Amino acid sequence: MPAAGFILEKIKQGEALKKAFEINRAEITDIIKDSGLKGRGGAGFPTGLKMYLCGAAADTVKYVVCNADEGEPGTFKDRVILETIPEKVFEGMTITAYVIGSREGIVYLRGEYAYLKSELENVLKEMRKNNMLGENILGKGFSFDIRIALGAGAYVCGEETALIESLEGKRGEAKNKPPFPVSSGLFGHPTLVSNVETFCNIPHIVDKGSLWFKNMGSGKSTGTKLISVSGDVKKPGVYEITFGMKVKDLLKLAGAEETKAVDIGGASGIIIPELQFEREISFEDIPTGGSIIVFDKTRKMADIMENFMEFFLDESCGQCTPCREGTKYFVDAVEKIKNRKITEQDLKNLRDISDCMKITSKCGLGQASTNAFISILDNFKDELLS
Amino acid sequence: MDIHINGKKYKAVQGETILEVAVKNGIKIPTLCYHSDLCLAGNCRICVVDVDGAKTLQASCTAMASNGMKIWTNTPKVIKARKMNIQLLLGSHFGECYTCPRNSNCELLKLAEEHGIEELPFPKKSKRTRELEITPSLTRDPDKCIMCGRCVRTCEELQGVHAVKPIGRSNDVRIETFFGQGLMHTSCTMCGQCINRCPTGALYETSCIQPVWDALADPDKYVVVQTAPAVRAALGEEFGMEPGTRVTGKMVAALRKLGFNKIFDTQFTADLTIIEEGTEFLTRLKRTLVGKEKGLLPMTTSCSPGWVKYIEHFYPDLLTHVSTCKSPQQMFGPLAKTYFAEKEGINPSKMLTVSIMPCVAKKYEADRPEMNASGYKDVDYVLTTRELAKMMKTAGLDLKDMPVEEYDNPFGISTGAAVIFGATGGVMEAALRTVYEIVTGREVPFKNLDITPVRGMEDVKEAEITIEGVTAEYKFLEGAKVRVAVAHSLGAAKKVMDKVKSGEADYHFIEIMACPGGCLGGGGQPIPTSPEIRKARARAIYEEDESMAIRKSHDNPAIKKLYEDFLEKPNSHKAHELLHTHYLKRKRFDKVK
Ligand SMILES: Cc1cc2nc3c(=O)[nH]c(=O)nc-3n(C[C@H](O)[C@H](O)[C@H](O)COP(=O)(O)O)c2cc1C
Ligand code: SF4
Repeated sequence: MPAAGFILEKIKQGEALKKAFEINRAEITDIIKDSGLKGRGGAGFPTGLKMYLCGAAADTVKYVVCNADEGEPGTFKDRVILETIPEKVFEGMTITAYVIGSREGIVYLRGEYAYLKSELENVLKEMRKNNMLGENILGKGFSFDIRIALGAGAYVCGEETALIESLEGKRGEAKNKPPFPVSSGLFGHPTLVSNVETFCNIPHIVDKGSLWFKNMGSGKSTGTKLISVSGDVKKPGVYEITFGMKVKDLLKLAGAEETKAVDIGGASGIIIPELQFEREISFEDIPTGGSIIVFDKTRKMADIMENFMEFFLDESCGQCTPCREGTKYFVDAVEKIKNRKITEQDLKNLRDISDCMKITSKCGLGQASTNAFISILDNFKDELLS
Repeated sequence: MDIHINGKKYKAVQGETILEVAVKNGIKIPTLCYHSDLCLAGNCRICVVDVDGAKTLQASCTAMASNGMKIWTNTPKVIKARKMNIQLLLGSHFGECYTCPRNSNCELLKLAEEHGIEELPFPKKSKRTRELEITPSLTRDPDKCIMCGRCVRTCEELQGVHAVKPIGRSNDVRIETFFGQGLMHTSCTMCGQCINRCPTGALYETSCIQPVWDALADPDKYVVVQTAPAVRAALGEEFGMEPGTRVTGKMVAALRKLGFNKIFDTQFTADLTIIEEGTEFLTRLKRTLVGKEKGLLPMTTSCSPGWVKYIEHFYPDLLTHVSTCKSPQQMFGPLAKTYFAEKEGINPSKMLTVSIMPCVAKKYEADRPEMNASGYKDVDYVLTTRELAKMMKTAGLDLKDMPVEEYDNPFGISTGAAVIFGATGGVMEAALRTVYEIVTGREVPFKNLDITPVRGMEDVKEAEITIEGVTAEYKFLEGAKVRVAVAHSLGAAKKVMDKVKSGEADYHFIEIMACPGGCLGGGGQPIPTSPEIRKARARAIYEEDESMAIRKSHDNPAIKKLYEDFLEKPNSHKAHELLHTHYLKRKRFDKVK
């Protein structure tokens, strides 16, 4: 297995792009498809298929949008990417634009990352100067440019349709899918939205081929994943792992001791106890957009529950019934749990509400917002209910 | 393509939603935020169905049917989820049903009943968290709002007014006006279309029922009532009759039983409006064509107070185009308190005028400070069609049991031209019937006087009439092609007015009604509303026109007598004093405090 650790490394700028210009568009799509690359933003949609769908959409105007909203509590890997190798992201976007036939790219940058904007713009300027962006890129007759748009601090705006609404200057609310952005996105035009890290993978795959990529990872989870590790560890930070790594091995790497629980996937993810540290980080076992938060034995599970549920009570866009109305009962429930006032009937009702939220919420936010509560309840029953 | 619903195969067309296919085939899926007049929201999550292969349930109102799709509308999983969403809505819905103005036709209550909801698994909101907002026309109760967003979509899409939007997030989200300043400080036109589409009691008219009961009970007061054309085409719905049932005579009998001293008809002043407005139109034509004056044409109608407030906010620079004629309601008020009071020897200070309107903007209009040409408040109280039905029910009067009675004289005499004021295109048709005849001495050249090009539910209608064989006085109009346009709903008004503003339009006369379908679709009409219901009401209106002995306003004998006895001639000084008005330039919203 080749060593992991390419995402954050510098590459020779423009090599992959030149290569891409030499291959035809359909072939690049096939390479990405064959590599098995899946979206790194959380949902794990096959990137090659997304490229194919957006490329096949008939429209003269298309957009490539880089989702740099990074709102998931505990994730900061996109920030690190943008701080260290932004040009790789831009090159990935340019190759994508070339494949699908887009002239305009937009980076939707998390509001809290506003301080990065001017540096990113300098990089874009430099790329324009080197003819890697702008009109007639590298003299190949293809034109494309990128601008940076700032978010305003809503978690839901990381959801691709809400992000698009926000880019259009509207209230950030998730829209009904279908239509999916690949067929009708920004201002009604086909739009490919991908995560920062996803775009970073593209130049490498184009450069080194799909086989190289497929050789990393496990099963259908090919390649590597950047993981932001925080919490009760000696060495917090961004780790690049190959898919299939066991939770316990990552804990060891990060210097976690006396670990009681691990949150995988941030507020929308699940919280597992020691017994499950053998499990693997992969799309097949425990998927994650990149957040791992470690809790040691001094932490109270009810506090963790409270923190996550309050997050959702704050961040629901309030548009659809289950998410808007359901979340508050979980915040109330934590209070009851803390006061040892929760009843069996309460817990049954909460599970019913949670089931309803999971299957009827309009977007991923409401569908996932009780994950933390329910997984803590299931995995730490003794602590919470005794 | 084929889709399967509950195990049976049905045909579907590309682009159809699951709900559309279901409805087409008689399969009922409960809905809440969905409304046939509005774009799709998919917010309430009541209409969810199970689709094989999908991880989550799908909102059938927005999910598209696709070939081979297998859909289940009533599995235990679906019913449980739907029921939970209804319970969640009920949990944060404050207020008791027995004091709610919408308890007889609340869609949320109906869903709760249909789903057998007997208790809530969590405590229900028990305290008021937001104050009522009361305007002359509408009352908003934010605590009864369930965030279906129909009002917002109505205000945006149908009306293009954008007075209300959702603000805040999560369970703090609410429908608000610009910076929370309240409807009276925004461009809200008071049309009340949001009321007609609100599923609960979060929006309703500001009631005048109590003061009207008090007036009727006061032996010192002489209370006259006027009824607008569109009311008679819809009131029956409040008593379980089919939409489109004409109930004119029964309504008159009911009003008499309620104790009004005189039962008059707004249609009388609708005929008068045609004479005044038709004369004004001819004057504007002459001043433009002969006098070469600018800014007078096209002339727009002014009967719809929602439209008047809309143009005051949105096109204040075009106000010279609006006819100076008051609406029929506001022509009636001063005439009742002057001409009629004198004739009958009634002290106008003891007279109260009540009007029954399909409209809530009429309440606001009656309250406008300039509406006191008689020296008193011209129209004291405005009741909606719904409020009249409520009063009748309070008094134990069932419309179905009423005899058929006649209006009182003299303001009870009217024509077919007046009744069609209730439908979109009606004012235009009535005006053309009169103006054409004034100018040429001949009837308007349409079979049976039915000017069909201006009828129907298309949002903007256009027509052209060539004027030929004019009388000596109107020589300047010989061969003129008079171009007219008719728009209903303010969204449609915007389309027309943008063209007027840019100079692209070459119309001479434009009829605009704030509400879809015209007054018959007004904000004071029975709930629910839909394109089908409005079509049925329009049918009733045109049947009523057909049935009238006189069908042209200028042939109304009571109008002729009114001019002879009192007003002298159309657009006379006296007519101007009593029957014409002026408008106010308004901003889109007040300065934020
Ligand atoms: C509530 C919510 C928040 C999300 N936030 C982010 C985010 O911050 N960054 C991101 O890349 N994707 C986020 N997503 C996922 C996006 O909707 C989308 O799937 C992703 O940007 C697609 O890129 P990918 O295919 O590269 O993963 C979020 C989804 C939901 C439901
Ligand atoms: S699930 Fe929550 S965040 Fe998503 S649309 Fe519904 S209310 Fe908004």
